[in-house]
Amino acid sequence: MPENVSIEVNGKRLKIATGTSVAACLFQAGEFSFRTSASGEPRAALCGMGICFECRVTIDGRANCRSCQMLVRDGMAIRTS
Amino acid sequence: MNQVDVLVIGAGPAGMAAATRAHESGARVAIVDDNWGAGGQIWRGIANSRFTMTGVDAYWGAQVVARGSGERTLLLEDAGRAFELGFHKLILATGARELFLPFPGWTLPGVMGAGGLQALVKSGLGIRGKAVVIAGSGPLLLAVAAHLRKAGARVKLIAEQAATKAVSSFAFHMIRYPAKVTQAAALRLSLVGVPYSPGCWVEAAEGEGRLQRVLLRQGRKSWMEDCDYAGIGYGLYPNTELASLLGCRLQGNAIAADEWQRTSADGMFAAGECTGIGGVDLSLVEGEIAGYAACGETARASRLFGKRSRARRFADALDRAFRLRDELRTLPRPATIVCRCEDVRYERLRQAASFRAAKLHTRCGMGPCQARICGAATEFLFGWRTDSVRPPILPARAASLIIPEEFQKESSITQ
Repeated sequence: MPENVSIEVNGKRLKIATGTSVAACLFQAGEFSFRTSASGEPRAALCGMGICFECRVTIDGRANCRSCQMLVRDGMAIRTS
Repeated sequence: MNQVDVLVIGAGPAGMAAATRAHESGARVAIVDDNWGAGGQIWRGIANSRFTMTGVDAYWGAQVVARGSGERTLLLEDAGRAFELGFHKLILATGARELFLPFPGWTLPGVMGAGGLQALVKSGLGIRGKAVVIAGSGPLLLAVAAHLRKAGARVKLIAEQAATKAVSSFAFHMIRYPAKVTQAAALRLSLVGVPYSPGCWVEAAEGEGRLQRVLLRQGRKSWMEDCDYAGIGYGLYPNTELASLLGCRLQGNAIAADEWQRTSADGMFAAGECTGIGGVDLSLVEGEIAGYAACGETARASRLFGKRSRARRFADALDRAFRLRDELRTLPRPATIVCRCEDVRYERLRQAASFRAAKLHTRCGMGPCQARICGAATEFLFGWRTDSVRPPILPARAASLIIPEEFQKESSITQ
């Protein structure tokens, strides 16, 4: 059975199964706005394969990380904008 | 710097097959993929015993950003560092992305590609009990619907834009491919009770801050369907950015390759969906041919030509059956966003004469995806072709583009 890792989404602590992508984890956490678009719309993952850049979030202080291309890690801090 | 005989870019079926065959032929091989492991989109997360690639240097979570500093080198970047790889022969197996077509509401969170939604579910998105609409075109829709259903989703409908006649003529053509018929029968069985609607497409998506329902159209009939997620993909579009950067000639929207899978650029080969959409069987055999040919194993390569021709005929039938209908060009309204990175709306684009003109006047295609989404969409909507590719081909860290000498030495890693 998958083990859990402990992460933070916008300051909220969560337990998530190992092997989960950050994008999947955000939807799981009920976070449907990954980023705010140029004209102020909420956006989330579209292509799921690193092409569209719609799913970018801040991970451990680094901005513009594609959440669909990264797996959750213990202690990871994710911030949407 | 790691210097190899054969460098393979992309670890989907074509890349894995190419790397395996090149390695078997005695070459020193490295493979690169921007995902966290091999498999590409189709085999995401599934180990494949046919192509284990033991003995191949693997670089996961890494992407090519530009040419390297020397001849026959590429500059790459991963989460932590930038590095160069040197090669004697290069095999491009960069695959394809989904084709997304703009319609009102397609930017709502919860609207994804069909393959995109599947990728999310494979990487841990809990879909059990969620209402899902799958729409767009092509056999991928069935595979995605079956996978989501197995994961517990309530798949309410599969909307296939192609007309009933086209879909059934394709089904008839498949009789010549027994393995495909078995696959199709298994898919049908796992989709019992899910309505499959040919000649049907999504006209709009609605919801407050996230997707809540889609508006479907089938002939004169239109209706709303409540859903939590929609997976909408209009087939696949080849990834050719790296090939263009390296000077490989394109044919239509794919990389041009000869019978040995050679591109027009010296020492560079291409295999799989980036040379034209054809499915996993064609990708595998093209990969094998490229792997052998890159090592000069022409006899072995040519033994696979017949297999490739058969796979290609299947691909042609696929292409004919799922041709996109004209009505899809009329879906965007004036205020519908077409370029999602820069939020450029349809009304600002339809006046433009070309992609370049649109780019200069509206910033269409100038965001981080570098026209990967809107370029393919405007090609369908307006018949435009995107501009030439310039490095870096993906947003890269500034530090990656300035590699000091000592850093290059430090990055010659062994895996």
